[in-house]
Amino acid sequence: MTIGWYLAVSAIVFALGALGVMTRRNPLVVLLCLELMLNGANLALVAFSRMWGNGDGQIMALVVMTVAACEVCIGLGMIVAIYRRKLPIDVDELRDLQG
Amino acid sequence: MSTTTWGWLVLAFPLAGTLLTALGYRSWRGRTAGWIGTFAIFLAFVCAVGALISLQGHDPAHRQMVSSLWDYAKTAGIDAQMSILVDPLSVFMILVVTGVSTLIHLYSISYMEGDEGFTRYFSYLNFFVFSMLLLVLAGNFVLLIAGWAFVGAASYLLISFWYRRTTATKAGIKAFVINVVGDVGLVLGTYFIFKHTGTLDLLGTFHKTAGGAFGHGDGDLTAGCILLLVGAFAKSAQIPLHTWLPDAMEGPTPVSSLIHAATMVTAGVYLIARMHPLFELAPAAQDVGAIVGALTLLIAGTIGLAQTDIKRVIAYSTMSQIGYMIMGVSVGAYAAGLFHLMTHAFFKALLFMGAGSIIGAMGGEQSLQKMGGFRKAMPFTYGCFIVGGLALSGVPPFSGFFSKDEILLVTAERGGWHWILYVAGYVGALLTAIYTFRMIFRAFHGEPVAEARELEAGHLHHAEVPRNPANGEIEDTEVGFPGPHHTIAEKALPMKVAMGLLAIGAIGAGFLQIPKTDFVIDDFLRPSFAGSKLYEPHTKDGLLFAGLAIGTALALIGIFLAYRIWVARPGTAEVIRRRFTPLYELFVNKWYFDELIDAVVVKPFAASGAFMRDVFEKRVIDETLTGGTTGIVRAGSAAVRAVQSGFIRYYAALLVLGVAAVGFYFLLQS
Repeated sequence: MTIGWYLAVSAIVFALGALGVMTRRNPLVVLLCLELMLNGANLALVAFSRMWGNGDGQIMALVVMTVAACEVCIGLGMIVAIYRRKLPIDVDELRDLQG
Repeated sequence: MSTTTWGWLVLAFPLAGTLLTALGYRSWRGRTAGWIGTFAIFLAFVCAVGALISLQGHDPAHRQMVSSLWDYAKTAGIDAQMSILVDPLSVFMILVVTGVSTLIHLYSISYMEGDEGFTRYFSYLNFFVFSMLLLVLAGNFVLLIAGWAFVGAASYLLISFWYRRTTATKAGIKAFVINVVGDVGLVLGTYFIFKHTGTLDLLGTFHKTAGGAFGHGDGDLTAGCILLLVGAFAKSAQIPLHTWLPDAMEGPTPVSSLIHAATMVTAGVYLIARMHPLFELAPAAQDVGAIVGALTLLIAGTIGLAQTDIKRVIAYSTMSQIGYMIMGVSVGAYAAGLFHLMTHAFFKALLFMGAGSIIGAMGGEQSLQKMGGFRKAMPFTYGCFIVGGLALSGVPPFSGFFSKDEILLVTAERGGWHWILYVAGYVGALLTAIYTFRMIFRAFHGEPVAEARELEAGHLHHAEVPRNPANGEIEDTEVGFPGPHHTIAEKALPMKVAMGLLAIGAIGAGFLQIPKTDFVIDDFLRPSFAGSKLYEPHTKDGLLFAGLAIGTALALIGIFLAYRIWVARPGTAEVIRRRFTPLYELFVNKWYFDELIDAVVVKPFAASGAFMRDVFEKRVIDETLTGGTTGIVRAGSAAVRAVQSGFIRYYAALLVLGVAAVGFYFLLQS
């Protein structure tokens, strides 16, 4: 079986995620889409790992998962903090860092 | 203990005194700080005597000793060390400085008693003595310059000691600025010499000079020596850099006595004597020094005739006497010039102390116009003033007689145009006698003024409202102004002791060196001037006795003239003034030197400063340079700022686009 299909699925998932990050305004959904992008990348890593017949890609995938877990922690924490301060849950409204 | 250890101790005690009085100023009550300061300087004097005894134990050929604590800056051909040079010349200077300073500290304890800044005063005074000792003990040019600048700073601090008097602060600034002109001269002169000798060490420089680093009359050496002279002129108040000295009389009287008569202003004389191996190879510089000295002694003498502020009369007299010394050391009369430096330190300090006593009796008033008849009220001060005046006028056997005539004798022996200097010196001697006794007769003779009568009745006059004697402004007696308390020598033992000891010095110091009899100063200083061709010129007996006779005669004529004009026929001064009005105007306006300097230096600089401020700074600096730079930065940052929209989704899109672009690039490459 060729690796092409796996990569195609991976690319679709990644692109969907990216599209979501760029279009959605709810930070929760943005965060979910980020996870989607990460998992798309993970899929490609695992596929390559299989193609080369060694474990390097899988190890990288594990690292990505760890990072993703951390990121979700922080991201969700921030969302909760935003909610508690009664700020709008909308990334377009939260733009105090503009120049 | 070795000789140089004594030298280091001489430096250490005044420094310790400064720090102790300054850092503990909250804890010193009453006169404590004064006694600490006096004791520190006294210990330095004891160590100076120790250095003298130890030095005399050495063979005359080995009496120049250098001691270095550590390398101060040793790199790229510079060899500055923390070193002192102890030789007869520097020991002579430290003896004079510490000796006179001890007495003046003692005098100050009583004189400054009522002042709110008593502790600060002694801290400054000790700092001054330390700086002066550093200057004369310095073993290399770097320390010499450091001491030179410290002395200027100490002088500034003490002139503007009463810092809420506008006249005093102005005088302090003036003195500091003119002294800095001298410092620049000294530094540049050092550079010219260093360029050829490659060493900053004084003895090393002289050694290289003797070894032929410079030719006779070398251009760089002459330039260097003339620049050193600029430094000497500024510090020693020689024309045209003298205008700060009369103004420096704004400081407390003991300060005038110590700094502006006995020690600091003689630094220029010391410098020329110290640098004699260089000056002897640069005859042009020597001639400049001699001519300026002679001019100063004449001009200052004539101004002294017309001034009415008692301290300013003595200040001009100081200028005039230092003119003699500068002339002396410039023509090769080293021992005579330094001898005069010592005797002058005694009698001039004494005269200033006497003036301080009279000013105390007048309740702070300094004008001779308002004084008179203090002879009976202040017999001790009168006696001291007479002793100082006779010594200053050069009446035998007082000290000034021997030292002044010796300078003129050596000048005459150089022959040629030096005879003009000789004549100028004797004209100056006549002027000296006249203005000195004018001052004495006006202050002590004639009808007693109200203050003198009050004192005769046993009560010291105090002004009801303290006023600035210079401009009549009403003053406070708080810190920054003179205190309400005045003291006269008759009522204060420390002042009496100090003046008495100085009077003994003024009478007796001349006996150290009597022509054809004893040569203490000559013999003592000889090792320092071992390489000098001009050191041993005393040959012509006829000239010697003629000079002594002329000197005596002129002094007595001067005193007699002063007696006729101001005592026997009191109206004479007014008649003379009316007959020679232009001359009187010239003298009373100090030969218009202040106006001249104002027109030549101050005005053009002020004008160019105003131009720079109004045109150059506005147009070029503000609008072009700083305006241009800030404009560029502002425009650039506005462009960058526009990108920072704060839309996270927009950033994400840019990121994706960027990564995609990079990916495409690599795709197309492969």
